[in-house]
Amino acid sequence: MSALAHDGSAMLGRQLLRVRNNPALVILTQTMPITMLLFFGYVFGSALAMPGAEYRSFLVPGLLVATAANGVMTGMFQAAQDVHRGVTDRLRTLPVNRAAVPLGQAVADLLVTAVGTVPFLLVGLAVGWRVEGSAPAAAGALGLLLLFRFACVWAGVFLGLLSRSEEAAGQLGSATFMLPLLSNAYIPTGDLPGWLRTLAEWNPISAVTTALRHLFGNAPVPEGAAWPVAHPVAGSLAWCALLIAVFAPLAVRRYARP
Amino acid sequence: MRYGRAMTTTYAVLSEGLEKRFGRVHALRGLDLAVPEGTVCGILGPNGAGKTTAVRLLTTLLRPDRGSARIAGHDLVREPAAVRRVIAVTGQNTTVDGDLTGRQNLRLFARLHRVRGPAERTDVLLERFGLIEAADRAASGYSGGMRRRLDLAASLVRRPRVLFLDEPTTGLDPASRNDVWAAVRELRDEGTTVLLTTQHLEEADQLADDIALVDRGRVAQTGSPRHLKALVGSYAEAVVADPAALAPAAAVLDRLTGGEPSFDQERTAVGAVTRDSTLTLPRLVRELDAAGVPLLDVTLRPPTLDEVFLRLTDDRPAGGTCRTDDRETAA
Repeated sequence: MSALAHDGSAMLGRQLLRVRNNPALVILTQTMPITMLLFFGYVFGSALAMPGAEYRSFLVPGLLVATAANGVMTGMFQAAQDVHRGVTDRLRTLPVNRAAVPLGQAVADLLVTAVGTVPFLLVGLAVGWRVEGSAPAAAGALGLLLLFRFACVWAGVFLGLLSRSEEAAGQLGSATFMLPLLSNAYIPTGDLPGWLRTLAEWNPISAVTTALRHLFGNAPVPEGAAWPVAHPVAGSLAWCALLIAVFAPLAVRRYARP
Repeated sequence: MRYGRAMTTTYAVLSEGLEKRFGRVHALRGLDLAVPEGTVCGILGPNGAGKTTAVRLLTTLLRPDRGSARIAGHDLVREPAAVRRVIAVTGQNTTVDGDLTGRQNLRLFARLHRVRGPAERTDVLLERFGLIEAADRAASGYSGGMRRRLDLAASLVRRPRVLFLDEPTTGLDPASRNDVWAAVRELRDEGTTVLLTTQHLEEADQLADDIALVDRGRVAQTGSPRHLKALVGSYAEAVVADPAALAPAAAVLDRLTGGEPSFDQERTAVGAVTRDSTLTLPRLVRELDAAGVPLLDVTLRPPTLDEVFLRLTDDRPAGGTCRTDDRETAA
């Protein structure tokens, strides 16, 4: 276990150095959700039945979760890059704990995400979003958000280790951009046709988004939704636990595979 | 690698019957290697011979389908963690992180190897490999030679007992290649066993104490460069002034070498292979001159490793598999 801590912190350090060496990439990634908040908030917000200010309050938690789901893409791309540039194999020949490399990557991503969320929240406040619930509940919301990000990165790392090339990982990763479209991140699912609504509400993004809206006090839990959305906090925790339980061991096993 | 050495020789790498298949491709069909400690072994072979697969197996990156190996006494399959503590690998497929600077890379490797004083060790290596000036630039911006030197330095943060170099000079200019060669010789002199793969016969000739000629997943022949050359024999050639003199020159060569003379009409030259190590250049000249051959030039030289390779491995069937690189099968 101390080997895992030692090697994992060395790998964490490596990932943070990469961010420090190339801050432009991270800044660009963090600008995306802000741009989307402004576009969606004012363009869609003007066209929807919901008043614009109310829609922007609705949208902030949705974009937070959609951005967290991008962890699949980030995790996949970084892992694929390491595999195809020969870094992974180099690390595999070292006497390094087998879980340390993926763990270091996932934890580094968590730290970067935590810091990167701050400017987004500030812009959210500027366009009218507020924490309308209690402070502990809001802290819980942020904790849940980071847990979800962590789960998504593990899924991404596993897929990245499987990828055939950097380009393939990049393309598949871009496809994860579609995932929030079939959820309640950008629109309420109540008016969708029955089968589509069921599909969207079983999307993990929907449960986590609903939990955030509930904990921030931005919107009530919708009536008659599927179980993970109707019980958003328990549903989100269950989704995160499931994703981590499946993908973390798969990623570590795949990494260690001789 | 198993000749003329005492029974007490310890082997840094000892493999028996290593086999590896990738789907229908039989990359290794029983690789036997014995590399004595403190020597440089050159694995020489064409693309697709199985060189890279061999390195990947011996460095725990792949698991053999069959066969066994010991690296510095540790069983490859049963004790991969112990093997990883005594080896280092540098190759085109096992490299450092281009997003980090040279210094950051070396410090990371030093930390992972639990080297005491990683910063000091890093400075020593940067100095030794001439990377001081580039130390704080991202490795992705390094030239090919600098990158390879950094890769090599990363392998030496903690001195390995066995260093694997997979085509260490492929794509390098001659000056960078000489740098890598010098580093390999220095390491060998310090007692590190080096196993390197190469397609360059000159490289194996320059560096290797022993060569394992690998062809289609097997070791076709082993021995020192001299030994392999002796197996093939020297090459005697006479260039004559008049095409009519080719026949008498060939007769002399036939008598002296016992090899079958072959003609090069364009250069009005005739040559033959000889295994007679007592044949000298003066005697060759005297005998040709005595036969009245109008000589322009006479050569008696050991064979190149190219010739060795062509002679000691079977001819490949025309139109056979022509992969660009055996790494593809190892992916």
